[in-house]
Amino acid sequence: MKFGIVVFPGTWSDKDTHHAVNGVLGQDAEYIWHGDETLDGYDAIVLPGGFSYGDFLRCGAIARFSPVMEAVRAFADRGGPVVGICNGFQVLCESGLLPGVLMRNDHLEFRCIWTDLKVVNASTVFTSAATEGQTLRIPMSHGEGNFQADAATIERLEGNGQVVFRYADGAGNVTPEINPNGSINNIAGIVNERGNVMGMMPHPEKACETLIGGDDGNVIFNSMIDNIVASMA
Amino acid sequence: MTVSQETLDEIALSRSEYEAIVDRLGREPEPLELGLFGALWSEHCGYKHTKALLRTLPSSSDRLLVAPGAENAGVIDLGDGLAVAFKIESHNHPSAVEPFEGAATGVGGIVRDIFAMGARPIALLNSLRFGKPDDARTRYLLNGVIGGISSYGNCIGIPDVGGEIFFSDTYKGNPLVNAMCVGLIENGKMASASAKEPGDLLLLVGADTGRDGIHGASGLASRAFEEQAELRSAVQVGNPFLEKILIEACIESLDLPGVVGLQDCGAAGITSAAIEMAERSGMGLKLLIDKVPRREEGMTPYEVMLSESQERMLLAVTPGKEGPVFDLFEKWDLDATIIGEFELGENVRIYDNGEQVSSTPVVTLTDAPEYKFTGVKPQWLTDLQNVDLGTVPVPTESPSEVLLKMLAAPNIASRFPIYRQYDYHVQTNTVIEPGGDAAVLRLKGSKRGIAVSTDCNGRICYLDPEVGTAIAVAEACRNLSVTGAEPVALTDGLNFGNPETPDVQFQLTESIAGMGRAAEAFGIPIVSGNASLYNQSAGTDIFPTPIIGSLGLLEDVEKHSTVGFKSVGDLIVLLGTATTWDCVEGLAGSEYLELIHDQIAGQPAIDLDLEVRTQAVCREAIARDMVASGHDVSDGGAAVAIAESAIIGGIGVAITEEPGDRWDAAMFGESQSRILLSISPEHLDELKELTKAKDVPIVVIGTVGGDSLVFGNSISVPLVDADDAWKNGFSRAISD
Repeated sequence: MKFGIVVFPGTWSDKDTHHAVNGVLGQDAEYIWHGDETLDGYDAIVLPGGFSYGDFLRCGAIARFSPVMEAVRAFADRGGPVVGICNGFQVLCESGLLPGVLMRNDHLEFRCIWTDLKVVNASTVFTSAATEGQTLRIPMSHGEGNFQADAATIERLEGNGQVVFRYADGAGNVTPEINPNGSINNIAGIVNERGNVMGMMPHPEKACETLIGGDDGNVIFNSMIDNIVASMA
Repeated sequence: MTVSQETLDEIALSRSEYEAIVDRLGREPEPLELGLFGALWSEHCGYKHTKALLRTLPSSSDRLLVAPGAENAGVIDLGDGLAVAFKIESHNHPSAVEPFEGAATGVGGIVRDIFAMGARPIALLNSLRFGKPDDARTRYLLNGVIGGISSYGNCIGIPDVGGEIFFSDTYKGNPLVNAMCVGLIENGKMASASAKEPGDLLLLVGADTGRDGIHGASGLASRAFEEQAELRSAVQVGNPFLEKILIEACIESLDLPGVVGLQDCGAAGITSAAIEMAERSGMGLKLLIDKVPRREEGMTPYEVMLSESQERMLLAVTPGKEGPVFDLFEKWDLDATIIGEFELGENVRIYDNGEQVSSTPVVTLTDAPEYKFTGVKPQWLTDLQNVDLGTVPVPTESPSEVLLKMLAAPNIASRFPIYRQYDYHVQTNTVIEPGGDAAVLRLKGSKRGIAVSTDCNGRICYLDPEVGTAIAVAEACRNLSVTGAEPVALTDGLNFGNPETPDVQFQLTESIAGMGRAAEAFGIPIVSGNASLYNQSAGTDIFPTPIIGSLGLLEDVEKHSTVGFKSVGDLIVLLGTATTWDCVEGLAGSEYLELIHDQIAGQPAIDLDLEVRTQAVCREAIARDMVASGHDVSDGGAAVAIAESAIIGGIGVAITEEPGDRWDAAMFGESQSRILLSISPEHLDELKELTKAKDVPIVVIGTVGGDSLVFGNSISVPLVDADDAWKNGFSRAISD
């Protein structure tokens, strides 16, 4: 299968994502310049982390107008899997492909730490290789990851099982103390209603080998690979 | 002479330097020329007070691909087709005036130095010095500097993996902000900051040029500095987004056949960048100053030449091949403009709207004067060294209380509250994260890895600049060796006071002698560096602070060692000493002496032969899989090193020997060349054989286990208390 990795000016997780899906997991992967208007031949799209357009105006607010985003929307409308990581999550929210907003961390500082993510929905194409309730150790690195939405949206997300990951402690306890950014209900990642577009703040591509601290991030890419390969069979 | 003192002050040239210019030119310089001289003859660009000393440093190595000074940074071969360029640079005075932008643009500047070599920046480190954190302005400076580094470094996608922060009154009005960058060069794809042939075009790419930073090199960096609000306009404002795309575009441009040279525009802007390129190329240069894209109306040629606007680079491009170069920069939404061409001849000729406004020989501009001096040891220093540390009173508080105070001290407590604001994972190479003695990075596509660290204890350099700087080199290397990495090269960031005073001349002379002596003992070169002088506030010079950046190589990156104890029952040993505890002489310049007794005194000492042997044994033990954990014994002495390994490992310890009557010196003395290891008992005989063969003393001091730090029979500190002091000490110290 083939991953397409979108590169906006200011993206920096593109090479890390390429290394994880291609270098470690052996899948085809290509970079897609933000000016491209078609996404033919790709089985999954990644919007990686970084500071697209320097986070000017608001994180992701300018990248959403890049030509490639129309193609990403069309790809998602066809049911293609799209994952937005960190800045990619912010771009998806700004584009309206995912609900909610990512506000400044409640403590107002940038935070680079390892987080334990509790998998609260293991039936998505992004988490099927995990078991429900399991924690994945994946680092985060952001200043604006405080997920918020209006009460009705949160109720809908929770009711539909659209919340995929919550910040937890190593034992899987979801507590206010462990919340690293003020995110409502400790939300670290969500999917759209159809289940084919996911956004998450922590970086699975940064947890791809034990030598660099852990490989739990591969669970997410392996889930995508399993599901896409199965759907192609 | 027609020049006014006011003009000379503005560009920080002395009257005798002006006379030398007139003499060499055979005429009075034009005002524009004088600005060029002021910039290029500044300490920052011209190294007037340090050139002669720096020449004495060891600079050869089998691994050296580019010699120090030949390009923007020296380059070291790592094998497997990989090489690294690395360098440390200061941004002290801008950070004192405007901490956020000063620190941010400090990061931006050193990063440009590195990718100008064709190297992809893979790591940043920061070595910071501030006054004591109980002062509101110091906390403002600290928060601004950390914020600036965080904001700039995170945006450009380079992991910030290490460094130091040290607080001392000496830095109160004049903080030090030094940034180090390491870049990776693959398959010999190195860039040179020069043109190839006369006729090569000079392209300026990146940001437009504004009035920011004029006289940055000559004003802020090169004269007696007092914090002056008026100099705020001489601090540049950074745009990390522009830097990020500039990195990508410039590295990509090196694959184009037309691009023959790449140079960063840093201190003294186009003046220094373009004229140094011409000098390196052995050519003249015609500069079309009116072509430089500007951000402001009405800028004079003088202002354009001296602007230090950030995020600009120069390219030398073969004429006729510039088309694809323009296309590439357009793809990245970056401006690229031809602003001149290299030519046969000796002069840099500046044109404004078709009219030549100056013509000056390149080598006259770049050949800054060289001041030689020898230092005389001041009496006050002899007096300080001769203080009898045996007269220091033993504290009335208990050893446990003092240990907790030490662990919570701003100079010792965990730096996690700071480095969690920096991205240290991006690029997915970080094997040992910040918080260890050195950071370790794997090199993708190779079994090898590198370790990087910075070190310098200004207090110890103040007490003995020669020995103190040798110790800085030893510690910077020891930080590498405890991870298993072999030191291969150094960079130096010289931070000193006013070089026109006898004391600072003594400090500079001695410090560089000590650096050279230690680097020779390790057999490694100093490949790059930076000099920041005139660091003083309220008329007092800072402690001499020669920050040493070190680079180490691991043949097999999987075989590395970390700080935390690993297993209950492991033996704790000290390498490099035959005794568990230190003696009173070890209190010289120690953290304990300043923190508890508010005293800075004593004679620091180091045996470099023992140091080199001890580190070699440590590395070999790690390579032979004998070592469970390794930690450098430095600030806070053996007791603090033991406590840190216990806290990080989450396991207590029992140390057999009683610290005794002078428990303070025993526990907190900072005698050099000591390395704390924990090993599985089955490896003890093998380790002892190794130390015996290499003539390195070793002592087994205790075992890992329990939930307390137990020293002898009388001292026991619950691990949870030590953990709280060490992990939260920093946040408590800097909270209002």
